[in-house]
Amino acid sequence: MASLRVLVGCKRVIDYAVKIRVRPDALGVVTDGVKHSMNPFDENAIEEAVRMKQKKVVKEIVVVSCGPTQSQETIRTALAMGADRGIHVEVPKGTEENLQPLAIAKIFAKLVEKEKPDVVILGKQAIDDDSNQTTQLLAGLLEWPQGTMASVVEHSDGKLKITREIDGGLEDISVNLPAVISADLRLNEPRYATLPNIMKAKKKKIEKMSPEDLGVDVTPRLKVLKVVDPPVRAAGDKVPDVATLMSKLKERGHI
Amino acid sequence: MVSLLSRSILHRLSPARAGTVSCCRGFVMTPEHEALKENLIKLIDKEINPKCDQWEKDRIFPAKEVFKILGDAGYLGISKPVEYGGMGLDISYEAVAAEAYARITSGGVGMGIGIQCDIATPALVKYGNDELKERYLKPTISGDIVACLGISEVGGGSDVAALKTTARRDGDEWVINGGKMWTTNGAQADWMCVLANSSEGPVHKNKSLFVLPMDTPGVNVHRKIEKMGMHASDTTETTFEDARIPANHLIGEEGKGFTYQMQQFQNERIYIGAGTIAAMDICMESTIEYTSQRQAFGKSILDNQYVHYKLAELQTELECTRALYYKCIDDYLAGEDITAIATMLKLKTARLARQITDGCLQFWGGMGYTDDVIVSRLYRDLRLMSIGGGADEVMLSIICKFMGTEPGMRG
Repeated sequence: MASLRVLVGCKRVIDYAVKIRVRPDALGVVTDGVKHSMNPFDENAIEEAVRMKQKKVVKEIVVVSCGPTQSQETIRTALAMGADRGIHVEVPKGTEENLQPLAIAKIFAKLVEKEKPDVVILGKQAIDDDSNQTTQLLAGLLEWPQGTMASVVEHSDGKLKITREIDGGLEDISVNLPAVISADLRLNEPRYATLPNIMKAKKKKIEKMSPEDLGVDVTPRLKVLKVVDPPVRAAGDKVPDVATLMSKLKERGHI
Repeated sequence: MVSLLSRSILHRLSPARAGTVSCCRGFVMTPEHEALKENLIKLIDKEINPKCDQWEKDRIFPAKEVFKILGDAGYLGISKPVEYGGMGLDISYEAVAAEAYARITSGGVGMGIGIQCDIATPALVKYGNDELKERYLKPTISGDIVACLGISEVGGGSDVAALKTTARRDGDEWVINGGKMWTTNGAQADWMCVLANSSEGPVHKNKSLFVLPMDTPGVNVHRKIEKMGMHASDTTETTFEDARIPANHLIGEEGKGFTYQMQQFQNERIYIGAGTIAAMDICMESTIEYTSQRQAFGKSILDNQYVHYKLAELQTELECTRALYYKCIDDYLAGEDITAIATMLKLKTARLARQITDGCLQFWGGMGYTDDVIVSRLYRDLRLMSIGGGADEVMLSIICKFMGTEPGMRG
């Protein structure tokens, strides 16, 4: 029964619980010495692949991460959760900020050529740049069908039935394989790795390569001009009645 | 005389002898250590922490349920032999797990887990016969049965040598009489590792360790003790009246029990040291968070120099203690006798925990005194550390023995 091969992407980002601080040069945020973890949506992606493997729908999970040397830790986390082997597309430390969705999509397109998976699962978006673009760009480059913001994925007869979380509610679609999916938070609850699996992950293979090895130019197309803190929320005013509310709103030009 | 004494102190305590470096000989934090800690914390956040407030109210946590979850994930036998379901890793992994367990918001749960994975079992692992290990160690590691440790008695806790419980050989059985006190997990345990007087002779050579199944006729769990802290941990008083166990329930050699237990205490001290340091980290972090937000007299509490300076003093003490902890693990992995260092670690972490929780509690003000915040629970829970697992005074006595300064040791 198990026949599908899955390629899953994961990104090393600043941990969601960390208080972000803007760098003094206002061109980014402080990353040195700050706790990093796997992007939460990517955990959902890995978890979905592992569940499909447990259901014997999938026979091999290859996990990919693009980033500096420390991205290997993120790959090891995925291996401990149940991925079979890893690919680390390494870039020099400090340049990972310049890796933008189009470059990642191109890298994945090349890896798809190499690995020939049936399904690519990515996290919906990374919590550092919140782009929500890579899945869509990749589908376009490959000319594959896409199921983005997936909260349910079911496999039957070479097709995937996907429920998407969209602005209007939920949308059910059916896509032919091969296809690209992006995982949303409600797709599943990612597992914690058991200790035996953590130790087994040490022995799983991680292949290393650079974007140049894949023939991909990762020069950024977008330039960050400035990064600033969101404005501090101003204190509100309490008013005694609706009439006062209306007059204050008019006074301040809101209506 | 003076030079002889100073040489003996140096020989026993000095960290830097020729050919040795005091750190990083054996202990290296690997990605696997990090992964263990991270994933164990995820497990705790998912399966344990959401229920802690309720367990504190209930004055007990469901040990079988919690231990099964941990056992299934492979966390109860980290340093235990692979042939009995353990992971066969070294003590540095156990210590890192102890750090993770400090994240459990109810200290009593962490304490109960410590008994199960680190404190009740080392002697059984090292000296128990295969049948005993198959029947008791294996299911303890898998989380299917609950373990407890019976050493302290109503008549004496710190004075282990003076305990009164007896084990009398009768045919192919041992008959246990007496009782134990302050037993963590005592209300839920399936077996107790019990220390008893098994023969006549000098008090350090007449004791043995046994595996005592808690459903043995004659074993009676008297009462659950209500305590100042560690509320979710069941602490019991037990009596034994002609409780009979098979001869092969003796762990190791008859008469060696006291020695085995002194060895078991080292594991306990490392576990307590690691967990207490991690709990102090939580106390400091949460206090800095709270005081940075709490406003009074026109600024945050933290902005008062007295407050952030005092916290800096406490943090410095904490880092020094952390270095002692790493040295302890490092020495252990290098094959050194860590009795002195582990004893100092226990003493220091317990005393510093009192200073830190007391100092931090003060800065929380009224909120700190409520049950709604973590600091009040840490204050109550960590106060035990200077008493349980060997009181501070016992630690001091052991250190003095190493320094050669106890009365009667000199001249």
